Amino acid sequence: MGNNFLAKIFNNEIVRIIFALVLVGVLSGAVLVFIYNYSMPKIKVNIQKETEKAINTIFPGAASNSPTKDKGVYSVKDSTGKVIGYAFIAEGNGYQGLIKLLAGADAKISILKGIEVLESSETPGLGAEINTESFQKQFVGLPLTHDIEYVKNQKPEKPYQIEAITGATISSRAVVNILNGKINEIKKTLK
Amino acid sequence: MVIKDFVKGLWHENPVFIQVLGMCPTLAVTTKAVFGLSMGLATTFVVVCSSVVISSIRKLVPAQVRIPMFTVIIATFVTAADYFLKANFFEISKALGPYVPLIVVNCLILGRAEAFASKQGVGRSFFDALGMGVGFTFALVILGSVREILGAGTIFGYRIMWQGFTNWIVMVLPAGAFITLGLLVGVFNVIDKAVQKKSS
Repeated sequence: MGNNFLAKIFNNEIVRIIFALVLVGVLSGAVLVFIYNYSMPKIKVNIQKETEKAINTIFPGAASNSPTKDKGVYSVKDSTGKVIGYAFIAEGNGYQGLIKLLAGADAKISILKGIEVLESSETPGLGAEINTESFQKQFVGLPLTHDIEYVKNQKPEKPYQIEAITGATISSRAVVNILNGKINEIKKTLK
Repeated sequence: MVIKDFVKGLWHENPVFIQVLGMCPTLAVTTKAVFGLSMGLATTFVVVCSSVVISSIRKLVPAQVRIPMFTVIIATFVTAADYFLKANFFEISKALGPYVPLIVVNCLILGRAEAFASKQGVGRSFFDALGMGVGFTFALVILGSVREILGAGTIFGYRIMWQGFTNWIVMVLPAGAFITLGLLVGVFNVIDKAVQKKSS
């Protein structure tokens, strides 16, 4: 009788559908757990390496860096232990998604040492050009006494200006705004 | 039979040039040849794996819910591909950005599941999916190469245009994708017709 009851349930179409859907969902979930466990440590290492690399690119003389009490701000020291500047993570919205930058300033926060893009999902070939060295090196040495500004289709005239990428003004503006916001913030907290 | 299943995806049923499927990644990521290649390979991986799995469980799938089940299976492989790229090819994964997760909605993959894998055996489904994947990759690399050469003067990052060549910015813009795709589809058809004429 019990078997009959089970067979009846299993012959029910709705039950079969639910069973199939649950089964495929559970199996997919199990597969994803394995993939997650395999790749997450590697992804974390990649991200950490990237931050390290970005700090070392911006501060060629850096020997060590340590997080400060402000989240996402690192103090960078040379081999004698002297603080040579601060590296900070700044993020905000770009044209299509989050832009995450790492920027460096000198110890007095008066000059920008450079920027590196850690994460972005800008349009390939256009906004994604914020990842290129030619765009990023424009930020090296900008004075932080004035907000950074961008100009379109012409060479910058003032020391605090950069030239926006052709066809990607929104992405360029996003980088500038994200930087200005974070710089004004750390100017207050680090002084 | 198996060879026929494989070869048709390369030419006579090429997913991009003939079936015009999967246009979102085709148009969006082909600004550079290397992006086209990586997107093509990721898509190939997903279409092959999901076709094999779907084909092997095809008799157990209730017809009413086959689409959601296929989608879950496809999404699993897409997530796997996304995490694999992030773990091992971090730079490429960053460049492709949201387009790898978006392989889930590439109609080429669900199309193969629905039109082929859910009706045929595992072996045939494997070669059908492989052919489609290779055909898709081939199309994306051609598209990416044309756009990269004209739009940036390079191919796979190597400069091949002469000094002083002015980059055609429009080629890396969305408009360039449509122009290139349209012309390539035309060229494909002309070649196809010529070949058919010759053989008949």
